[in-house]
Amino acid sequence: MDYATLLQLLDSTVRLATPLLLACLAGLFSERAGVFDIGLEGKMLIAAMTSGAVAAISGSVWIGLAAGIGASLVWALMHGIASITFRGNQLISGVALNFLASGITVLVAQAAFGQGGRTPPLSGDARFGAITLPFAEALREVPVIGPLYFEVISGHPLLVYVAALAVPVTWWVLFRTRFGLRLRAVGENPAAVDTAGISVVRLRFAAVLIAGVLCGIAGAYMATALQAGFGREMTAGRGYIALAALIFAKWKPWAALYATLLFGFFQALALRPDVVTRVTTLDIPVPALEALPYVLTVLVLAGFVGRAIPPRAGGEPYVKER
Amino acid sequence: MTQTASPAIELRGISKAFGTVQANKDITITVPKGTIHGIIGENGAGKSTLMSILYGFYRADSGQILIGGRETAIPDSQSAIRAGIGMVFQHFKLVPNFTVLENVILGAEDGALLRPSLSKARKELARLSKEYGLDVNPDAVVEDLSVGHQQRVEILKALYRQAEILILDEPTGVLTPAEADHLFRILRGLREQGKTVILITHKLREIMAITDNVSVMRRGEIVGTVKTAETSPPQLAELMVGRKVLLRVEKTPARPREVVLEAKGLRLTRGGVELLKGVDLTIRRGEILGLAGVAGNGQSELLKVLGGIARAEGTITMNGRPFTDPREAGIAHVPEDRQHLGVIMDFTAWENMAFGYHRHFAKGALMDNKTLRDETAEAMKRFDVRPLLPDLVIKNFSGGNQQKIVVAREIERNPDLLLIGQPTRGVDIGAIEFIHKQIVALRDQGKAILLVSVELDEIMSLSDRIAVMCGGRIVGERDPATTNEKELGLLMAGVNDEAA
Repeated sequence: MDYATLLQLLDSTVRLATPLLLACLAGLFSERAGVFDIGLEGKMLIAAMTSGAVAAISGSVWIGLAAGIGASLVWALMHGIASITFRGNQLISGVALNFLASGITVLVAQAAFGQGGRTPPLSGDARFGAITLPFAEALREVPVIGPLYFEVISGHPLLVYVAALAVPVTWWVLFRTRFGLRLRAVGENPAAVDTAGISVVRLRFAAVLIAGVLCGIAGAYMATALQAGFGREMTAGRGYIALAALIFAKWKPWAALYATLLFGFFQALALRPDVVTRVTTLDIPVPALEALPYVLTVLVLAGFVGRAIPPRAGGEPYVKER
Repeated sequence: MTQTASPAIELRGISKAFGTVQANKDITITVPKGTIHGIIGENGAGKSTLMSILYGFYRADSGQILIGGRETAIPDSQSAIRAGIGMVFQHFKLVPNFTVLENVILGAEDGALLRPSLSKARKELARLSKEYGLDVNPDAVVEDLSVGHQQRVEILKALYRQAEILILDEPTGVLTPAEADHLFRILRGLREQGKTVILITHKLREIMAITDNVSVMRRGEIVGTVKTAETSPPQLAELMVGRKVLLRVEKTPARPREVVLEAKGLRLTRGGVELLKGVDLTIRRGEILGLAGVAGNGQSELLKVLGGIARAEGTITMNGRPFTDPREAGIAHVPEDRQHLGVIMDFTAWENMAFGYHRHFAKGALMDNKTLRDETAEAMKRFDVRPLLPDLVIKNFSGGNQQKIVVAREIERNPDLLLIGQPTRGVDIGAIEFIHKQIVALRDQGKAILLVSVELDEIMSLSDRIAVMCGGRIVGERDPATTNEKELGLLMAGVNDEAA
């Protein structure tokens, strides 16, 4: 495989890893606070449809993004009310919200645009364009590093950089701030937080809503940056892949970046069967390649990556004991 | 200077009801500053409710709380902390994978960023550690600490929040005798520094050892507050139960006969940790073998292996023969964890009575519920279970009555060997006396009994022979008539002078 092809592959890895990373960090906030979130998928999907539709109508990608985040927040709020306020089962709430998103996106898109459940194709200001980072052009001729910077690092939509920046920010918030300390504590032992005089409910809601914002950005990225519009089931299980990556990353922000890049790389491979065939000299069928990220997901979830210890209070509604 | 005159804490006519149950009724207590005040009572006497009110978990229906002479409302835990109340719960409220320092500052941070809070707390902890003899490494991860050290973290948490009144709920339940002694030294140190300590316990010995005054609770009421120096354990026990109680177990010397159970080389490894490291054990008819040890040293696992709940390497024989089904071989088991392994909390008393013995109550594929219910009613009468309602769901019985039902179930089928773990955990004094009598009576019928308990008193007063476990091994055997608590305590802690 030549260098240029490798760079192309890495370039699409970055693009494909971005929604996974955002969703993975969303899950990280939620689960670190002790609320399992199987509904990442649904939140991304509703955000993708809403942002695609609003961007198409308003012609502004920013309004689309805001609408996408808003829609995802509504889903997050429903999850919070069901599983925190009413102490319902977090998995059931998440699955229900996924079904709801799956149905309602197609329904609304079809009713509004009548294009078979799709939103109209976006162009111009209704879509995030590529950003060329400083010196990308100038450094392009520098051997090895120049093309790497130009092809892989530079030239992505803004939200890719937002996602990349979200990693150190997440780390900093979790491990260097009071909010982060309390958030991690509430996912490990909510009783400790409660007896310290801090509201468990408020902390968990904050975490769930942060997850909503991040999933909203992920969904909007899908519809307004990665693609030019919403298509039915366009998230294609990315929410679940993000969950697998979260386990793979053992609920740590930097590890989440590496895990999602790995999953993104597999997704990128599936887009380039010609490269795979050339490198391996095997004629691997395309569907097999497309299944790779999902196979990896199953392997991760089946525990082939060693022991991953989830936050101890994960999945359990907090009931005050006397 | 008016501070010294007014009591640290004063409760006036506190009442609290849950539905029709009056958990606290007109509670009035005065605790002078700089004293250790004991609150003793049976399970369900209302001690926990009272403490929950003091810590802002519940609001009293009526009554006043005065702190340092001033009426103070405590609507939530934050207010309790602000009023200078620190609480050390029976089950620690620590974040296991946080460091000591992180646990101490949680909820008492100085600003949005952690770094300044952490460095301030580090200095403050060093000072508190020195002042009160509370030695803890601030950077240790809490789950790696011993239970005694974790408890110190809880005390440090309270002191860091400038608590003037420290409430401890059953603090010695999880400690070795040596750790408990250390805790008492710390509490005396706190008293010397002018702090006020409230100690909630059901152990008479602790009350006698460390408190200045003691209030006795029964059925939601304070039935007496006395100076510790002017009372005695029998008097306190009588106040607690409302009638005379036998504190010592009355029994004749054991007459051990042939071996019932023999276990050789039992090994058990779980998750890479060796929980049993080659345990040999023989139990004879007509004796009670007590298994002493600090919780988590293999006693629970041994009990589970013998009861057939866990599988271990090694050989076990009953009456000289190997076996597969412990119950058919004549082994009855009252498990340590009653609520999870002993009963199903949402089932009725009579349904629970069948567990393990379904075949006995079966008519072909169907259950003979009528016989089961009749036998349950009879057994409940014989075991003095209150209320005498076979149809009541088991979680609505008190801990002591639940335990009586489990013990009844296991003894009724006339086993050769009774395994009994923590027979009196969460059981009130009156029921303790009853259960102990049943165990001794069973022994006198020529049955063998293996008793596992973290209560050293219980082991010493019931057993005919005491084996001590530490680190997955039996580290020594003693005769209860000639040993003492100190010697057993050292064995439990892994110090064996014989081996040296």
